[in-house]
Amino acid sequence: MTNYQDQLATLRESIKTNSTLKVKGGGTKTALSAAANLDLGGLSGVLEYDPQEYTLTALAGTPLKEIESLLLEHGQYMPFDPVLVDAGSTLGGAIASGLSGPGRYRYGGIRDFLLGIQFFAGTSKLHKGGAKVIKNASGFDLPKLMVGSLGRFGVLTEATLKVFPKPEVFTTMQLEVGSLGGALELVKKLATSSFELSCLDFSSEGKLFLRFGGLKEASQARLKRIQDFLGLESEVVTDAADNAFWQGAREFAFVPEGFDLVKIPLTLSKINALEPQLDTSYLRRYSVGGNVLYLALPQDANKIGLSSLLQEHKLSGLALTGSWASPYLGKPLDEVFAKRLLAVLDKDEKLN
Amino acid sequence: MSEALLNRLKTLFPKDRLLHNEAQVLPYESDGLTAFRSKPLAVVLPETQEEIIETVKLCYQYDVPFVARGSGTSLSGGSMPIADGVVIALNRMNRILHYDAAERIAVVEPGVINLYVSKKAVVDGLYYAPDPSSGPVCTIGGNVAFNSGGAHCLKYGMTSNHVLGLKVVLPDGEVAELGGESLEMVGPDLTGMFCGSEGLFGIALEVSLRLLPKPEVFKTILAAYHSLADAGQAVADVVASGLLPGAMEIMDRLAMDAAEAAVKAGYPAAAQGLLIVELEGPVEEVEAEFPKLMKVIEASGTYEVRVAKNEAERMKIWKGRKGAFSAVGRLSPDYVVQDGVVPRTKLGEALREIERLSKNYGLRVANVFHAGDGNLHPLILYNGKVEGEFERAEELAGDILKLCVDLGGAVTGEHGIGVEKLAYLPYMYSDDDMDLMRYLRKSVDDKEIANRGKMLPSNKAPALTMHGAHPLEKQGIAYRE
Ligand SMILES: Cc1cc2nc3c(=O)[nH]c(=O)nc-3n(C[C@H](O)[C@H](O)[C@H](O)COP(=O)(O)OP(=O)(O)OC[C@H]3O[C@@H](n4cnc5c(N)ncnc54)[C@H](O)[C@@H]3O)c2cc1C
Repeated sequence: MTNYQDQLATLRESIKTNSTLKVKGGGTKTALSAAANLDLGGLSGVLEYDPQEYTLTALAGTPLKEIESLLLEHGQYMPFDPVLVDAGSTLGGAIASGLSGPGRYRYGGIRDFLLGIQFFAGTSKLHKGGAKVIKNASGFDLPKLMVGSLGRFGVLTEATLKVFPKPEVFTTMQLEVGSLGGALELVKKLATSSFELSCLDFSSEGKLFLRFGGLKEASQARLKRIQDFLGLESEVVTDAADNAFWQGAREFAFVPEGFDLVKIPLTLSKINALEPQLDTSYLRRYSVGGNVLYLALPQDANKIGLSSLLQEHKLSGLALTGSWASPYLGKPLDEVFAKRLLAVLDKDEKLN
Repeated sequence: MSEALLNRLKTLFPKDRLLHNEAQVLPYESDGLTAFRSKPLAVVLPETQEEIIETVKLCYQYDVPFVARGSGTSLSGGSMPIADGVVIALNRMNRILHYDAAERIAVVEPGVINLYVSKKAVVDGLYYAPDPSSGPVCTIGGNVAFNSGGAHCLKYGMTSNHVLGLKVVLPDGEVAELGGESLEMVGPDLTGMFCGSEGLFGIALEVSLRLLPKPEVFKTILAAYHSLADAGQAVADVVASGLLPGAMEIMDRLAMDAAEAAVKAGYPAAAQGLLIVELEGPVEEVEAEFPKLMKVIEASGTYEVRVAKNEAERMKIWKGRKGAFSAVGRLSPDYVVQDGVVPRTKLGEALREIERLSKNYGLRVANVFHAGDGNLHPLILYNGKVEGEFERAEELAGDILKLCVDLGGAVTGEHGIGVEKLAYLPYMYSDDDMDLMRYLRKSVDDKEIANRGKMLPSNKAPALTMHGAHPLEKQGIAYRE
């Protein structure tokens, strides 16, 4: 731990001395970590984990892979389903980029599983926010503020997550619905069903991907009932094949070499209008029951055009990989409230 | 100043929506922390967002503090007026603005009652998950301000986990849109930051809520133990088994006696500790989980297990649990309730220490709590008529809060700091952290007019007087957890 204290001291020094600071964790989201001058990769390790508590505290630079493996040894997992884990994503990077995977459909995203943090404000003071317990309503919820902040409000050093027991088995169904419209209809129908799906993704060609988890002895009967409900042929995979499929989704395997990845939060009702206006060369993957579109576009695509298109549809986007003038696309963020918080947390305008 | 503001408010509100004489404002003088009162300058009853924004702007202009008020059920003095300030009462802002079952979303005004959201959604098989026991009366705006919880927080989180977006008016009248209607977002989670800010960051005008499909079935069991510690150990065993119940609740003998006296819950008479576990989910899943749960429970030293065979039996189990608080009024003229949180593995230690403190102080403490998430609810019984007993109860309550922090937990899990726990927030956070919160507040609200004197112990807060049952509890309309 003296090592940790030394690291904190060094970190504090660089926050004090640098006039601008951009943090990098695993460097997996190149659009966000380009030109970073503060590498947190070394600040790594799990500090506290008691499976009985359903909480885990780790240093910000800890690779999610390490956390995932440790949890798995105790039959637990991160229900927000972190992305780019194999690619080397870190805990701090996942929080700052605010990314969650398809599995967040069931219990919520990283915002819902972050309980406590320790961070340096732009003042180089070390602060704590939240607590290391599952429930807490004491003081301002600073952990939430860090989610998706791209490091603008502080440099994370530690974070505490809520974790859950991992379902014994997962089952995945793949359906060919034939059209996006058809897929959307089924998604709507499923939205109010009580099947408790873990994941609900679809493609613009009308392929639907459903996943549910639970006890082995219940899975066949649950599967049968969902199949009857949908009334369509489906290909069913479990175990390794199921795992590999969603691992691919989390690692954005659909993005070919030479393409850049963008995240676009949306709602079902926006999809029909947006879809025909997207360039045919853009690859799409709808996730979380149609709450997010991951778009892969050729590196030389008209990026400004995409941003204006999103703005027309009152949507915002976040570029994750590739090189961009700004990672924020489309409708500009409402900065009214954020600015007042930044005036304290980053009063010298150092952070990102 | 005040006179000038009042005159301006008179041009903004018709007579029946601007209350300022003594008799009119009396009902607004306190909240769920009943005997703690303070007289406002005026109470306004806006019906539109514009009226709220204009009121805030005027308060800012005249430098008069304001407090938003939902149903006034805060247990920590959060919605108590600021002396000579303005109360912005939001009960008439009670429309559901947008509801879409397929998108599982409801956009509501802040005065909408918590339970009303689920009532609206039930036809589509959906519900709004956060379920404070005050659900039949408290408002979504109050829930947002306090990040309120209920019995299902381990699995589903608190209010903020179900709020996707907010439209808010900041304390100087500027309006901001936070978050949106999607489950996902771009940019910092400002929605989350606003939730739980106890009214210090301004007023929520519109709230976008995430809805969830209603669990298909519930399976509720009750297990009786010869000691409270055994019941606590059983919770640990359930957790270790890999099951994730929707709720796990514990009551001690005193709490059971109270429930018995009030609602004849029929709990096992010899039990010193009672555990309620509820499984929920798709039929097949719950059927498969049930024998596993029973195996764990049967091996946990219980001497009697009951399984609710139908909805009526389930409701009976819950009625006793939910009614335990108000029922405590039958055992004692007055009581204080705290809601500190401890890590779940420290529950046993916390309970033993509370028992020791109870003996030392010579005051009875009843325990009924959310065991799944470590959220204690010690009820400290006292008699306000006995000289010095209230002060002792307060001191004991403070010791329990400190104990929670010492064990690695938090001073409040759901009722908020308000004015009641002002002295204890600094016990949980360092001076630097407290200063940071004060600076943030000051930067959002340079005149510190939004809910002045609450949550952050910077301004002098009035002293506490008495505690007891909320009028709603006395009428049996709402219960505390
Ligand atoms: C019998 C009883 C049982 C209870 N059970 C629980 C429980 O199980 N779990 C739990 O968490 N709490 C519980 N509570 C506490 C209380 O009900 C909650 O804190 C609730 O959220 C308060 O809602 P309200 O509408 O009454 O808000 P109020 O008491 O009117 O206000 C609470 C706070 O919110 C602020 N506020 C209100 N509206 C807004 C708005 N639109 N924008 C910004 N700030 C606003 C107020 O200024 C105040 O600080 C209970 C209370 C009682 C009396």
